[in-house]
Amino acid sequence: MARAVTRNRKIINTAVAWGIGLLIFFPIFWTILTSFKTEATAIADPPVLFNFHWTLENYSVVMERSNYGRFLTNSIIIAGGSTILGIIIAVPAAWSMAFVPSPRTKDILLWMLSTKMLPAVGVLYPIYLMFIRMGLLDTRLGLVIVLMLINLPIIVWMLYTYFKEIPGEILEAARMDGASLKEELIYILTPMAIPGIASTLLLNVILAWNEAFWTLNLTAAKAAPLTAFIASYSSPEGLFYAKLSAASTMAIAPILILGWFSQKQLVSGLTFGAVK
Amino acid sequence: MGRITLDKVRKAFGDIEVIPPLDLTIEDGEFVVFVGPSGCGKSTLLRLIAGLEDVSGGQIRIDREDATELPPAKRGLAMVFQSYALYPHMSVRKNIAFPMKMAGVPHDEQERRIASAAKALNLTDYLDRKPGQLSGGQRQRVAIGRAIVREPAAFLFDEPLSNLDAALRVGMRLEISELHKRLATTMIYVTHDQVEAMTMADKIVVLQAGRIEQVGTPLELYNTPRNKFVAGFIGSPKMNLIEGDAATQHGATTIGIRPEHIGISAESGLWEGVVGVSEHLGSDTFFHVKVEAVGAEPLTVRASGEVSLKYGDRVFLSPDMKNLHKFGADGLRI
Repeated sequence: MARAVTRNRKIINTAVAWGIGLLIFFPIFWTILTSFKTEATAIADPPVLFNFHWTLENYSVVMERSNYGRFLTNSIIIAGGSTILGIIIAVPAAWSMAFVPSPRTKDILLWMLSTKMLPAVGVLYPIYLMFIRMGLLDTRLGLVIVLMLINLPIIVWMLYTYFKEIPGEILEAARMDGASLKEELIYILTPMAIPGIASTLLLNVILAWNEAFWTLNLTAAKAAPLTAFIASYSSPEGLFYAKLSAASTMAIAPILILGWFSQKQLVSGLTFGAVK
Repeated sequence: MGRITLDKVRKAFGDIEVIPPLDLTIEDGEFVVFVGPSGCGKSTLLRLIAGLEDVSGGQIRIDREDATELPPAKRGLAMVFQSYALYPHMSVRKNIAFPMKMAGVPHDEQERRIASAAKALNLTDYLDRKPGQLSGGQRQRVAIGRAIVREPAAFLFDEPLSNLDAALRVGMRLEISELHKRLATTMIYVTHDQVEAMTMADKIVVLQAGRIEQVGTPLELYNTPRNKFVAGFIGSPKMNLIEGDAATQHGATTIGIRPEHIGISAESGLWEGVVGVSEHLGSDTFFHVKVEAVGAEPLTVRASGEVSLKYGDRVFLSPDMKNLHKFGADGLRI
């Protein structure tokens, strides 16, 4: 029996959902708000909400002091590059796991996921030393490789779940209809998997964009992305909340806008298979 | 042409042999139904013929040519799947055109064949829709349309009607039979539903545990089942199978008698029993009668039209001895 949803219940549900939504969004909202305050109002007690003198001063200071463009370029290259490289490796992997599984496929998938449970700091030294030897320290290529490796389990898992949802009979029908393996991939599988590939791409760009541990530890100046840009405002000269907020806003703005425009895609991607 | 010969074809998955070596010939233009309980290997056999599974031994010939190693597309067979297996991102037109596109059929010819298939299957108004916008019956028609346009040597149907509701199933059954009469192309049809098998087939192949139990026309199987399994499987409601003294009297381990070959009367007869559940269908009534003399299982008896007998009534049954089936200890017909 369908659960009866009364009017009152609907109102409560909506209110609770909005409440939680606002709660989650509040830190971002506060950061953006603070970025328009003067340093004095930023630390005012009690905090002021809207009735302060709005200023763009923090932004001009930040722009003057750091080369935002360079950090942004690095972020785009590192997030985009690691995601594309990851997809190129993960598609065939997920493909074979979904359509030609072996008795060990499940174990391999779980093992891949288990590597995500390893504390990253546990392998920092070996990787740091390897990077020095190989001349990858503070290079974009190095970060592309590391972030790709970190997110690969998630990419493979997501694509695997997507491919699993494609009924085998459809592929067999294509084979009966005379499609070669190449034609099967081009005309049947890829068009059917495009929503899945797209949301995997999006999610991994976001994950790579926000990744701070490796990007902070393996870069100095040349390859530093926006995470390093934020970090550079956090400590050296004491805390300047307004400027830190301005830098943070500038760092998260691109990904926030990307997320906003693709939220439908993201939600359907993350809940794929959960509901029919 | 579509003559299909299986010569000692066998299939094993790892150590488990699902189809022991098996011989079968399907003549050109025949409507052959593979029927059997689930897990009997009928779908596997169809997939072996289609080339979707590799044989573990033996040879498959299509029109005298060895097709054992040919990929599915090269065998000239078209398949209709249980789930329809339509391409969800393509319109009905593109779905039907897909096999012709793969085969490089000229565009004009493609259009001509699509139009004629759509007309035959009542799909003309739906050609620009996506499969998701169609009903189950329409989807099944699209799947059949996609098979027809290839002009295959034989059609393979894998339980094509089991996803449809009962009323639609009867309609589609007739449509497929009609299609077979019109095209006169070989059709192999897999089902677990013996009513479908009886109504559609020229020839029925009854399978159990990968073995062929009997091959014959529907009436041959009905009138002279080769063994106890076929006797119990073909016919609805099932044949009454009786063991024990009642059977030994006739020199058999098991005797079988169909529900319509037992007379029921309130006055006299060979066996005395008590009426249990009755099923009233209007044209027929099926009584389940418990008879002490023949064992614990109630016998099913068919009476024409309405017969006024109630639960618990005492009745007499008279089996028609001319239509008695006798089976020996090995289950085979005597």
